[in-house]
Amino acid sequence: MSTAAAIHPLWLRLTHWSNALAVIILVFSGWRIYNASPIFNFKFPEGITLGGWLGGALLWHFAAMWLLVANGVVYLLFNLFSGRLKNRFFPLRVREVFGDLLAALKGRLAHEDPRHYNAVQKLAYLFVMLDTLVVILSGLVVWKSVQFPLLRELMGGFDNARIVHFFAMAALVAFFLVHIVMVALVPRTLLLMTRGR
Amino acid sequence: MTESNPPAKLDRALLMKDAMRELSAPTRRLFLRRALSLGGLAMLSGCSISNDKSVDSFLKGVSRFNDRVQGWLFDPNRLAPTYPESMITRPFPFNAFYARSQAPRVDGDSYRLEVSGLVADKHSWTLPELHQLPQVDQVTRHICVEGWSAIGKWGGVRFSTFLQRIGADTSARYIGFKCSDDYYTSIDMATALHPQTLLTLSYDGQTLPREYGFPMKLRMPSKLGYKNPKHIAALFVTNTNPGGYWEHYGYNWFGGS
Ligand code: HEM
Repeated sequence: MSTAAAIHPLWLRLTHWSNALAVIILVFSGWRIYNASPIFNFKFPEGITLGGWLGGALLWHFAAMWLLVANGVVYLLFNLFSGRLKNRFFPLRVREVFGDLLAALKGRLAHEDPRHYNAVQKLAYLFVMLDTLVVILSGLVVWKSVQFPLLRELMGGFDNARIVHFFAMAALVAFFLVHIVMVALVPRTLLLMTRGR
Repeated sequence: MTESNPPAKLDRALLMKDAMRELSAPTRRLFLRRALSLGGLAMLSGCSISNDKSVDSFLKGVSRFNDRVQGWLFDPNRLAPTYPESMITRPFPFNAFYARSQAPRVDGDSYRLEVSGLVADKHSWTLPELHQLPQVDQVTRHICVEGWSAIGKWGGVRFSTFLQRIGADTSARYIGFKCSDDYYTSIDMATALHPQTLLTLSYDGQTLPREYGFPMKLRMPSKLGYKNPKHIAALFVTNTNPGGYWEHYGYNWFGGS
């Protein structure tokens, strides 16, 4: 298999799947942690959470966070220095986003050339990158609010950082659900993200 | 350990806490392992985790790594935010591994704080003796491992002052605490010497009430609630990590915030 011909280079495939693993562990253990002291008037069904109890969920959460951060840094560095970030995700024009969105809703979005993302994809992926950053920064405040005074003020204090963390998680899960549906609609992309070609 | 539950979830949390307390030590470890793996296996049923013991020890290993990271992040000069008295949470929540009515009744007159380990002066302290040391108070945020937080006002002796008085070897690594409610925990020396770490004797200007830890609670705004022992009966300075009650089940040992 020649990596030169790969549409998705090996580093991307590896970081994509370890990121998916980290996100899944973090989300399901995070729900268990949320349940210990819910912010809103509901709890997540315990059967779909990870960890068994608060202490177990915390162990999973504070282990998977390292995977998310380390993996995210590797992904960003490769993406930046290979020039891929610029080529793949830019330019991103508002007009094209609306055009592609409309086409997608009509079920006529072209996905002929897998070497290019359409404008909706670009926006969605850039959004989830930024959202992951918000998840990490708000999480840092919830974890160590005393040690990060600047970040804490930016997040509006400890209690508010929990709310930011919650909604950033919710946005990430929303992306994930749409992402899965799109992959199911265009299964060929799954092959690309696994084999590279 | 310090802190509370809104009534709605009290019964469940307490049941859990009580059930865990009943278990003998080996069963507890098994319980933790099973809890970890049950959830873990249910979730990751796709991948086969052949040996749940290895998952357990891996996660505990990362938790010890997180202890070190927190020790490194901890800045001895950085102060936790303080608040005006108008922001105090009323009523301040109660939380322990038992119900409020079961909080220990300690007799203040016969009370003696035992001191041992790497200290020059091992005499036991009466409450009046402790009240004679310089007193300070502060309004800080108490953050619970469960995620909620509450603001309270504690007063007492700076722990660093006390350690100085007993001639503690401040190059030792840990301080361990034994409590009248059978709770136990331990902290790192850097946190012990932090200016906001107080050996508190009062809450909101009153003698520390029974449910908040009479006669004495160690209050550290830089650590989560379960690291703040109540009803302290004895403390000792040591180089061997004494662990702790919740830490034994799997809560992170450093427990910083
Ligand atoms: C486990 C289920 C998942 C599957 C099956 C999946 C599948 C895919 C596929 C097939 C692509 C390539 C799309 C294309 O070539 O057109 C892709 C790209 C991407 N996915 Fe996922 N994904 C999953 C989870 C996630 C999660 C949890 C996240 C983030 C939170 C995520 C973020 C991304 C991003 C940012 C890209 C674009 C990466 C780049 O090109 O740099 N994915 N995914």
